[in-house]
Amino acid sequence: MAEIAASVPAQANALRRDAAGPSGTKPRHVLSRRNIFLYGTLIMVALYYLLPLYVMVVTSLKGMPEIRLGNIFSPPLEITFEPWVKAWSQACTGLNCDGLSRGFWNSVRITVPSVLLSIAIASVNGYALANWRFKGADTFFIILIVGAFIPYQVMIYPIVIILREIGIYGTLTGLVIVHSIFGMPILTLLFRNYFTSMPEELFRAARVDGAGFWGIYLRIMLPMSMPIFVVAIILQVTGIWNDFLFGVVYTRPDTYPMTVQLNNIVNSVQGVKEYNVNMAATILTGLVPLIVYFVSGKLFVRGIAAGAVKG
Amino acid sequence: MSSLAQPEMSNSERPNQLFRNLNAKVASIPMILTALAVFVGGTAWTVLYSFTNSKLLPRLNFVGVDQYYRLWATPRWLVSIENLLIYGIISLVFSLVIGFVLAALLDQKIRFEDTFRTIFLYPFALSFIVTGLVWQWLLNPDFGIQRVVRDLGWTSFSFDPLYNSSIVIYGISIAALWQGTGLIMCLMLAGLRGIDEDIWKAARVDGIPMWKTYLFIVIPMMRPVFITTLVIIAAGIVKVYDLVVAQTSGGPGIASEVPAKYVYDYMFFAQNLGQGFAASTMMLLSVVIVIVPWAYLEFGGKKRG
Repeated sequence: MAEIAASVPAQANALRRDAAGPSGTKPRHVLSRRNIFLYGTLIMVALYYLLPLYVMVVTSLKGMPEIRLGNIFSPPLEITFEPWVKAWSQACTGLNCDGLSRGFWNSVRITVPSVLLSIAIASVNGYALANWRFKGADTFFIILIVGAFIPYQVMIYPIVIILREIGIYGTLTGLVIVHSIFGMPILTLLFRNYFTSMPEELFRAARVDGAGFWGIYLRIMLPMSMPIFVVAIILQVTGIWNDFLFGVVYTRPDTYPMTVQLNNIVNSVQGVKEYNVNMAATILTGLVPLIVYFVSGKLFVRGIAAGAVKG
Repeated sequence: MSSLAQPEMSNSERPNQLFRNLNAKVASIPMILTALAVFVGGTAWTVLYSFTNSKLLPRLNFVGVDQYYRLWATPRWLVSIENLLIYGIISLVFSLVIGFVLAALLDQKIRFEDTFRTIFLYPFALSFIVTGLVWQWLLNPDFGIQRVVRDLGWTSFSFDPLYNSSIVIYGISIAALWQGTGLIMCLMLAGLRGIDEDIWKAARVDGIPMWKTYLFIVIPMMRPVFITTLVIIAAGIVKVYDLVVAQTSGGPGIASEVPAKYVYDYMFFAQNLGQGFAASTMMLLSVVIVIVPWAYLEFGGKKRG
């Protein structure tokens, strides 16, 4: 019914077009009132969105005297890279004065294994749920998805106890496990949906040929689902790099990830505030996800549309 | 569909049910552990211990709902809840409106659509810490926007939301909207692209003005998109934490405290675990209040319909 109803106006339109002679839309003037309004609004909004990034970059390239005298929006009169060097290798948090580089490497050592482990677990979960359903599997899956909506604050303390019992509380290993746990719901959903949409015949043919659980996964599913793996990697790299709460709860000062260290540098109450160093440190921390974002383009949109459920 | 995928076992030698699909079960152990031990077990543990007087260490010494009485008598918690409500309403209304309007503008077959979309969405790639610190700098009264406007000659101009306890939560909302609207725009744009082109043609033939088409035809058709978006925004609101830590650390005073920060501070600084557990249970309750009606509408309604 709906299809018929929808096609009626289309037919009417087609008829009209035939009768009217020249087809296609009327050519518009480039400077029509509509266009000025449309592009004007979009450009204004775009400028608003770009402003903070611009101010960050400009501030980080100025010296402190210029910041005190000038205006945050003005470009630097004298470009200096000293704040960047200082942020990277000399900025202080507490007693440590070796800069953000420590946090950067901690974040690398957290992000890489977390991304690999969480995706490995979730893709196998999704595969089992899509192709090898066993009794009760769906119950666990539903618990997992509902669990994604539980505020982390409810579960952080029990996890502290579990990690302490195993003896890895405060270590990077512990944090990697925490990231794998909390990445599981959304990633499992992502992989389950992807594997379910793959042709059933493929799976059955492999079964007939005698391939088992792992054989099918490694030789058929894995090579055929590279796009979804890329989406998952983008989602996890940005998510884990940007995490603050788990970093601050499950690591110690010398293993703090970059976001936690950045916050400690900028919001430390001791000493003279060096805004240029702070902004350089802020850009440095935002650089990894920004690069991922600009390189991945449309895939990033797919990833966040899926990952948004995580909130 | 799924029954096809299950390997058929011959009836003559039926092995133990436990060993059917053994590999899949072994592979699902991390999922099962996470679901049961962390999500169910952890949540139940926290709720249970919220009825105890645990201080530095969790102890099973039940005191009924004392912790909840104390929680709702603590000014800091009341401020947190009030802030969460204001922040939540602002986030919901503005990100839906701005997100939809931006999506509608981008949907006008404009040039450079990809460029605009990339610009509106890039803040979403940044962490709340980075977002909070940038806006802390922009809203700094001595150097930021206030100073720039004053230097232009308007010396009485005042715009210092982060240093004014009565409006600090609005200052935080500004940063949150800057970070998050791009995502809402993307979801809305996907929804708009899902609307059949013929609807637009029909509306044009009938001479319905564009704003009316949006308001009375397109938006009602996008109901599922709006509901999903609403749930996403709501789930994000309850979790707000890093942004406040980065921008104001809860200040000035306790003016920008939020529940998530209350939980963290009571668990890890104030060494008052019971309070932390009670507060986190309240957060769980607020999520349940949002999610259950949604799940009922989404999944419960479909079965009957």
